[in-house]
Amino acid sequence: MEKPLTQHINPKSAPLTFKEYEKAGGYEGVRKALKEMTPAEVTQLMKESNLLGRGGAGFLTGLKWSFVPMDEASKPKYLLCNADEMEPGTFKDRYLLEGNPHQLIAGLIIASYAIQAETAYIFMRWAYKKAEKMINKALAEAYEAGILGKNILGSGFNLDIHLHMSAGRYICGEETALINSLEGRRATPRTKPPFSVVSGLFGQPSVVNNVETLSWASHIVEKGADWFKSLSATGTGGTKLYGVSGRVKKPGLWELPLGTTVREILEEHAGGMAEGYGFRGLLPGGASTDFLVEEHLDIPMDFSTIAKAGSRMGTGTMIILDDKTCPVAFIRNLENFFALESCGWCTPCREGLPWIEKILGAIEEGRGRMEHLEILQRQTKYLAPGHTFCAHAPGAAEPLQSGLKYFYDDFVKHIEQKKCPWR
Amino acid sequence: MAKIKIDGKQFEVEAGKNLLDTCLELGFDIPHFCFHPALGSVGSCRLCAVKKYKDEEDSRGRIVMSCMEPVTDGLIISTHDEEEKTFRAEVVESLMTNHPHDCPVCDEGGECHLQDMTVMTGHNYRQFDFKKRTYQNQELGPFIKHEMNRCIQCYRCVRFYKDYAGGKDLNVFASNNRVYFGRFEDGTLENEFSGNLTEVCPTGVFTDKTAHKHFTRKWDLSNTPSVCTHCSLGCNTLAGERYGTLRRIRNRYHGDINGYFLCDRGRFGYEFVGSDNRIKEIWKQNGNREVVSSESLSEVLSGAFQEGHNMVGIGSPRASLEANYSLLSLVGTDHFYHGVSAHEYELTKMALDFMQNSGIQIPTLKQMETADVVLILGEDLVNTAPRMALAVRQAARHSMNKDAGAKKIPEWTELAVRDNQPVLSTQIYVATPKKDSLDDVIKQPFRGGYSEIAALASSVAALLDKNAPAADSEHKKLASDIAKALQNAENPLIISGVTCGDKEVLQSACNVAQALLNNDKKVMLGMIFPESNSTGLSLFPGKPLADLFASSEKKPVDTLVVLENDLYRRAETGQVNDFLLKCKQVIVLDQLQNETTVKADVVLPAAVFSESEGTLVNNEGRAQRFYKAIPDGENGQARESWLWLNELKEIKENGFEGWSSLDDVFQSMLNELPAFAALKGKFPDEGFRMLGRKIPRESFRYSGRTSIHARESVSESYPPEDFDSPFAFSMEGQQEDPPSSLITSYWSPGWNSVQATNKYLDKPNGDLKGGNPGIRIFPTAAKSKTSYFKLNGSKSNKGTGEWQLFPVYQIFGSEELSAAASSLSERIKEPFLLLHPDDARDAGIDESTAVQVEIKNEKLTLRVNFENSLPRKVAGVSLQLPGMPFVALPGSGKITKM
Repeated sequence: MEKPLTQHINPKSAPLTFKEYEKAGGYEGVRKALKEMTPAEVTQLMKESNLLGRGGAGFLTGLKWSFVPMDEASKPKYLLCNADEMEPGTFKDRYLLEGNPHQLIAGLIIASYAIQAETAYIFMRWAYKKAEKMINKALAEAYEAGILGKNILGSGFNLDIHLHMSAGRYICGEETALINSLEGRRATPRTKPPFSVVSGLFGQPSVVNNVETLSWASHIVEKGADWFKSLSATGTGGTKLYGVSGRVKKPGLWELPLGTTVREILEEHAGGMAEGYGFRGLLPGGASTDFLVEEHLDIPMDFSTIAKAGSRMGTGTMIILDDKTCPVAFIRNLENFFALESCGWCTPCREGLPWIEKILGAIEEGRGRMEHLEILQRQTKYLAPGHTFCAHAPGAAEPLQSGLKYFYDDFVKHIEQKKCPWR
Repeated sequence: MAKIKIDGKQFEVEAGKNLLDTCLELGFDIPHFCFHPALGSVGSCRLCAVKKYKDEEDSRGRIVMSCMEPVTDGLIISTHDEEEKTFRAEVVESLMTNHPHDCPVCDEGGECHLQDMTVMTGHNYRQFDFKKRTYQNQELGPFIKHEMNRCIQCYRCVRFYKDYAGGKDLNVFASNNRVYFGRFEDGTLENEFSGNLTEVCPTGVFTDKTAHKHFTRKWDLSNTPSVCTHCSLGCNTLAGERYGTLRRIRNRYHGDINGYFLCDRGRFGYEFVGSDNRIKEIWKQNGNREVVSSESLSEVLSGAFQEGHNMVGIGSPRASLEANYSLLSLVGTDHFYHGVSAHEYELTKMALDFMQNSGIQIPTLKQMETADVVLILGEDLVNTAPRMALAVRQAARHSMNKDAGAKKIPEWTELAVRDNQPVLSTQIYVATPKKDSLDDVIKQPFRGGYSEIAALASSVAALLDKNAPAADSEHKKLASDIAKALQNAENPLIISGVTCGDKEVLQSACNVAQALLNNDKKVMLGMIFPESNSTGLSLFPGKPLADLFASSEKKPVDTLVVLENDLYRRAETGQVNDFLLKCKQVIVLDQLQNETTVKADVVLPAAVFSESEGTLVNNEGRAQRFYKAIPDGENGQARESWLWLNELKEIKENGFEGWSSLDDVFQSMLNELPAFAALKGKFPDEGFRMLGRKIPRESFRYSGRTSIHARESVSESYPPEDFDSPFAFSMEGQQEDPPSSLITSYWSPGWNSVQATNKYLDKPNGDLKGGNPGIRIFPTAAKSKTSYFKLNGSKSNKGTGEWQLFPVYQIFGSEELSAAASSLSERIKEPFLLLHPDDARDAGIDESTAVQVEIKNEKLTLRVNFENSLPRKVAGVSLQLPGMPFVALPGSGKITKM
């Protein structure tokens, strides 16, 4: 089984240097793109590969690139790499950033070339100190080698990549809030439309892609769309970094064909539930996705199949809920995070999430009333997509609404016993 | 146009606007918080949700925010589907989880948009059973009270204060549900338009601190339309009265002038009416002061009006047309003098002549907002005509629409337009001696003395039209940039004014305008005048004050009548002293005590704007009526000036029957003074009735009517009569749909807050239904009858050791009446001299030390403030701050260390 993204990563040793990665053929894709292909051809190839964005939304990457206006008047343009990985339970981008920074740089060069951006930014989570070091070192090597800067490989294409360390807000992962933050402004999402591809950073056309997504670019250019498509277990294409955290035998991260079933990931790769713990449910793609339960275990982890099951693929890194953990406390913890990380721009999110959090706190601490459950039900509908300015609150509502569906009895027990049964 | 369907009804509306705007225009009551017609759509509050349907078959629909939804052909929406109604109620419910239930002690109560929206959406039962969020409030200075606990985070305050008005010291801090709107630390809000926060805020976070001192609920106020008397722009205001005193000033929407916003001088200057300095009695002064009863006035004045007496009158640029006309009528045209300095008299005439005869477009403030290229010459707008500075700022803001439009970003998506162009690129040029409040939105500042500014403008004119007088500025590149920009502009705007006081600057500004006119360009010329009725007075016959001073040398004045005018603000102290010595009897009508009233033999207490009715002509030549907010007799013996002058005329002319109402005075004026002929029949007179009834000043919810005077008499007295206007001092009358100039309050069922304003407009941010008030007095000439001014060329100070001194206006303090307002006076600076630090160093002068400044015959002691932006050897003198005598500015003078 091919593992293109992680083949050169060994967490126990330092990532490949520029020379080592170059020797391993890592920059061949860049060579090919810049020397043999037009920007339009690169974008077209990316479209054909069907690479879906790995940040969570699963939007077709090549299609996003193709929306960028290519006339001279639209310059300057920007490529932005979203490395602000703050989704609870998610650590896949970190693995790539720390493990193979040159793979990302190669991807950034190709993406920038495709949209003809001469400046790219990596917007990275503040806490990723090691990744910061690795990326900075890799950037220096790349400049040194002439693969960044002016007239790259004699192609006439120029590119500067800057690393920006975020101040640390979950909302910065929302691409327009990321742009505001990068401009030095409050990290609130922007009005859409216009979309970033038309009016983004400094009002210029900008593409925002996730680390994992960009890491693919060089491989796809080098080996082609068909190769990429052949990697997945479903028709979607590519492999995916799947992660598991929670009370399992071997929590971790694995590069597997996209569409591997939940059960295989959980039981084979993560080794099943830890001794003495039973499975109750899981959040498939980070904290802002709906719970899946026993009945969903044989579903392939792919964007469309997970959506059919009522949840979202998200980041593909699952969090397991075991039978020794109180689901109310579990959800309360998540809602606490989401309430805290609301940017405060729109009413339902700013006022609704703290109310949810307070109610969950009351239930967990034995002060809950049955009316609270009605309010919670109502709030999850109140926070529906389209009701809020961005996807933050609807995402926050997902574990709650599915939690109420699958673990309703646990909520009631809290209220009836006036305490948390797990304590 | 687009055909849309709302609740099953077809409408044909303008395409491309936002749906909320359109629904409000059509009269639908769509709840909203964050949307404000002047501030655009941002989609943060989520209250304006409506249901949008894909097509006729779609019965489910989906919720969209109407403020963010463009109006397109075929759009189908509903405004009262159950799901959207529930959602809107939930939005209010979640806002109310933190909003305190302190309405009874909140100044916004009764005119609170949050109250209205809560009722409108139907949320009425609180399920939230946790502690509410609380904040620390800030001390924001003399104008604004801060109560953050009430905040519903609509972001309107910062969007107005920062984005619309250019303020720097109000911001949004923190995040999630701890978002905080305030300053980085306690302190006075510095922006000149901070008072609008009280109307922009949909609830009681920012309230009027001055009104709080004598607070009255909106429904208990008796409201009267008024016109601001604190500068020449004539912004429309609403004066609120209760218990015989003026309680507050609020914005009165005017689609051409002030729109939704006033400046702080206009909003808070009103407190002068309650100043300790008010004159409320008739005084006879002769070393001592004697109070005279109204009955014995004729006795006191009997000697003043004898046959053959040399009687003269001095009119005033801050008195109404009617008051000035009454004076003119008393003393006769040959004895009527304009109470302004000779210099101001000349410049005003010159500017008005150009405005009338050049064929140029005299823009409204609203039109100024559409300018794509602006050239401001010599005027410090935010201090001489504050609301105009705000209009120019909008022209800057609108410059972003071009780039956004190219990307199909609609103008009303306020933040998207801004995000699209984080760095403004405008074509606004400001040429002034010192840094300007508009500097942050302009293309390029030019800092120079007035002679350099005039030279720059002359060069621009010469570049535009080779027939313009040749000029030679040292700043060729800038002159050529400006000329090119103006020539290529679609809506060029030139702004200058009499206020800067420099003839050459004014003439060169006219020359630039003339050059564009000669090139067949459509061009606007914005002109600023010093006072609220400078334009009106200038249209009167009469001579300048200097002529009177000169003639009094030969022919002493027997009786001098001074109308609302402190002569010591018009000429040097020595000159006025000499003149007054030559007047046998001096009668002064004024509102506040001043140097002139001290010297008067008889002082007559004049009513202030809120106690009188009259007509003022603003800087664009628009005549507007202000009306009496306070019934007669509430301020001792104070009466309207025209009534005093009427009485003097009765005393003088045995047999003069007198005018019985302001309408009589006005009619007589129209007959006698052709300059005002255009006003004939244009203002509703006293006899105006709606459905046979007067328009009530009091709301129909006015409380305490029967008990208000109960301490005097238990029987309810008849309400005070108003013989001069179509208004009644009463709740009775016809309140609905008054003519646009006679609106006494903004109210509509369900809309108790100022947001009800939109119900009175043809569309949000548009014109008042029935047209914007005021009558343009003079038509502009169809063809240009003016020619270029020939400038004398700059006078160089080089080698004389003298400084070029220019007047530095202050929004707070330079205007006579508002300077006496108690809260506003806290913002007035000490008289100062602005010096370039290098100049100061050369002269051995330290910052904050006092220096003596000698201008002509006047010596001033001023404190030195350093100002880096000044050109060398050019210094600024604060103008007419309290305690300062008249000085001839601009001019040259000496500065000496003390």
